[in-house]
Amino acid sequence: MLAKDIIKPENLVYQKTKLMTDNVLSYCPGCGHGTAHRITMEVLEEMGIGDETIGVAPVGCSVLAYEFMNIDMQQAAHGRAPAVATGIKRCYPEKFVFTYQGDGDLAAIGTAETIHACNRGENITIIFVNNGIYGMTGGQMAPTTLPGMRSSTSPYGRDVNLMGNPLKMTELVAQLPGTSFVSRQAVHTPKHVRKAKKAIRQAFELQKQKKGTTFVEIVSNCNSGWKMTPVQANQWMEENMFPFYPLGDIKVPE
Amino acid sequence: MAKVKGAIVIDYEKCKGCVICVAACPTSVIEMAKEVNSKGYNYAYPANIEECTGCNNCAIVCPDGVITVYRAKVEA
Repeated sequence: MLAKDIIKPENLVYQKTKLMTDNVLSYCPGCGHGTAHRITMEVLEEMGIGDETIGVAPVGCSVLAYEFMNIDMQQAAHGRAPAVATGIKRCYPEKFVFTYQGDGDLAAIGTAETIHACNRGENITIIFVNNGIYGMTGGQMAPTTLPGMRSSTSPYGRDVNLMGNPLKMTELVAQLPGTSFVSRQAVHTPKHVRKAKKAIRQAFELQKQKKGTTFVEIVSNCNSGWKMTPVQANQWMEENMFPFYPLGDIKVPE
Repeated sequence: MAKVKGAIVIDYEKCKGCVICVAACPTSVIEMAKEVNSKGYNYAYPANIEECTGCNNCAIVCPDGVITVYRAKVEA
């Protein structure tokens, strides 16, 4: 059977979800943001809640998330996405609200908002994409940069005596009583994408049950910031990021 | 026994040539083209389409979501 005989609408098994717009993503080739966007939208499509969901876009590489996600979106000031999401959720308690943030946004300038939103147990879902660097502004050191990792502001590697230790936001919020589901996932291989999608699905299901804040971290690559090819960056991530940021569910509801 | 055969369609203009799908494909269907698209990227194309099983792996790791997958049962 030839490929042209297989390419028919009745044989379709996978195509880009309708909740992603047709705009070309503004991310670098191989960036995990695109996959993270897509699986989030696929979860909303599968749950049939695309019309009832409001997303909050951050500042950072994913500042234009509202251009790509074909749902209602609001763009927040730097780091303030959980605060904006709190307001939206309190005005519309029946809507699904999520924030989509990077590590420079959530773990640096937005630490207070994130921790307090999680501590209050706001019924929102936070999707946290951690690539250990400020990707948009040129690869500066972020709070999540690994010890010894090179960035444009730590060219000899992060020295923990001088620059402090990396911040594990996910472990931090898992300790708070307001969170119900805290998980760390990745999106660089098919296996990890499937697991990450499952975690995001669970986060939205728990939001539906009003269980409190759900938090999903996605460890991602930044091949431009790390100065590697996408495949090398994914390999480097497996070898260096995963020992420090171990994948798996950190807090699940009883 | 019925065999499962697949086929993929790649939107060459939107492909950014990140090669992640090539690494994810278990049957080495995808290769990078020597030609470039209008953005200047060497796009991915299904070079050995007869090997495709329609497993979806390339499509779900594609950051830009440019791959569409089809699958059909073929009587051997």
